[in-house]
Amino acid sequence: MTTTAAARTWRRPPFIADARWRWALIAAAAAYLAVGIGSLEVDWQRVVLGLERGARFLAAFAQPDFTSRWDDIQRGFVESLTMTVTSTAVGVLLAIPVAVGAATNLAPRWIYLACRGFIAVSRTLNEIIVAVLLVAMFGFGPFAGFLTLTFATIGFMAKLLAEDIEEIDPDQLDALRATGATFWQRLDYGVLSQVTPRLVGLSMYRLDINFRESAVIGIVGAGGVGDTLNTAMDRYEYGSAAAVILIIIAIVMVAEYTSGLLRQRIQ
Amino acid sequence: MLEIEALTKRYPTGDLALKGVTLAVGAGEVIGLIGPSGAGKSTLIRCVNRLVEPSGGRVRLDGVDLAALRGAKLRAARRRIGMIFQEFALVERLTVMENLLSGRLGYTGFWASWFRRFAPADVARAFELLERVGLAGMENKRADALSGGQRQRVGIARALMQDPTLLLVDEPTASLDPKTSRQIMRLILDLCRERGLAAIVNIHDVVLATEFLPRIVGLRAGEVVYDGPAAQVDHAVLTRIYGDEDWSAITQRLDAQRRGRASDLDDELLVQAV
Repeated sequence: MTTTAAARTWRRPPFIADARWRWALIAAAAAYLAVGIGSLEVDWQRVVLGLERGARFLAAFAQPDFTSRWDDIQRGFVESLTMTVTSTAVGVLLAIPVAVGAATNLAPRWIYLACRGFIAVSRTLNEIIVAVLLVAMFGFGPFAGFLTLTFATIGFMAKLLAEDIEEIDPDQLDALRATGATFWQRLDYGVLSQVTPRLVGLSMYRLDINFRESAVIGIVGAGGVGDTLNTAMDRYEYGSAAAVILIIIAIVMVAEYTSGLLRQRIQ
Repeated sequence: MLEIEALTKRYPTGDLALKGVTLAVGAGEVIGLIGPSGAGKSTLIRCVNRLVEPSGGRVRLDGVDLAALRGAKLRAARRRIGMIFQEFALVERLTVMENLLSGRLGYTGFWASWFRRFAPADVARAFELLERVGLAGMENKRADALSGGQRQRVGIARALMQDPTLLLVDEPTASLDPKTSRQIMRLILDLCRERGLAAIVNIHDVVLATEFLPRIVGLRAGEVVYDGPAAQVDHAVLTRIYGDEDWSAITQRLDAQRRGRASDLDDELLVQAV
């Protein structure tokens, strides 16, 4: 019998040391939850109606109608895919200089602040808000969509790429500096070579996002398959809507698979 | 050839890393720079090619004050100063050949380097050097596929591609095993002799330093506290450079080295390393 060993106990120190505070906070959180749930106004009749409509919609998935609106669907997808590919290409190209400017280890302070500012604006504004603005400026159609996605791509790519650039191995850059290489040569050999895998991976991911976004911004008039989908829903043509959604899912899956393959090859 | 005069460096944090270092290196002369960690060895050699900006003093290479150069003139001066790094500092994702040719960037225009269209003479030189450092046939391997010793050979070849007159060598063996360390030191020294290059070699390992390098400069807290032949490095000198310690194990080895038992020592070192 070892009495000393039995007398020693240990408990994890609580996150909040004062027991009164601890219980008060737990009680407050519970009360907030109760009040929050209580304040939800649920119109049960609407829910029943909605469930019926939802059931019809789900039933349409069992028999998607590809044929009766095929021309619309085709036009929508061609527009969307064009928008996706062009906006990703242009967006990535423009994002690279912004990313270099937004990396503390490469850019002087004022360029850094300007680029970070641009990224912040681009990332604060949701695609739909930008699309609404650009549709108002350039009219309905895929051009507004292209501009929206390009703008969003620059912010997204530049932010993530800049973070990657800030984490590159500085020794490699020093070694190139020691050879008498110019800034642009160092960018090519020292920076680009180190961030290429990430650049390719992010571009593929953004292609994916842009395609999905192109379906969403179509709803506010920026062209593409979202337009087709919106029209189908307005007309209660759930069969056509289901067809559109199924094709979107198929395309996203193909994109996912091919980008995975590509990322594996470029390591 | 290289004259360093009253060189000081104060980092933005306020640390005074170099307190007026004066040092002259003759053409073709190879010196070993030893001293405790934080003594300013790396700072000193980085002030020479201006990877670190000196705060005061002069660094003259063949009469030109490097500390005063800017832009294109600085880049032109850097071409004549090759640098070899502790962690090799190769561009990991590029091929061995691209790493070698990157030593020619200072002589090559942007678009030529972008499309990897280097002058045929540069490519020929790269193949020659690859063979010289013992990496023939490795030109298309990626740098990150090589072992430590092979990487340092690429680093050496890259520095020589610059056609330098001076080599700055920063802890070339600190990331290598004892046997590879000796091979790399021998290679660097042989190449310096062949090409008549001057070199400053930062090195931690006193025994390795005194064996390969005829002149030793000891740096302590940003000041030169010893500058003399390797043969005179003894207990007193080590204490001056590194501070009080029981140096008998090292001085015994230095003595043995001077008696010409270098080969026995090799075995001893290897046994210890295992």
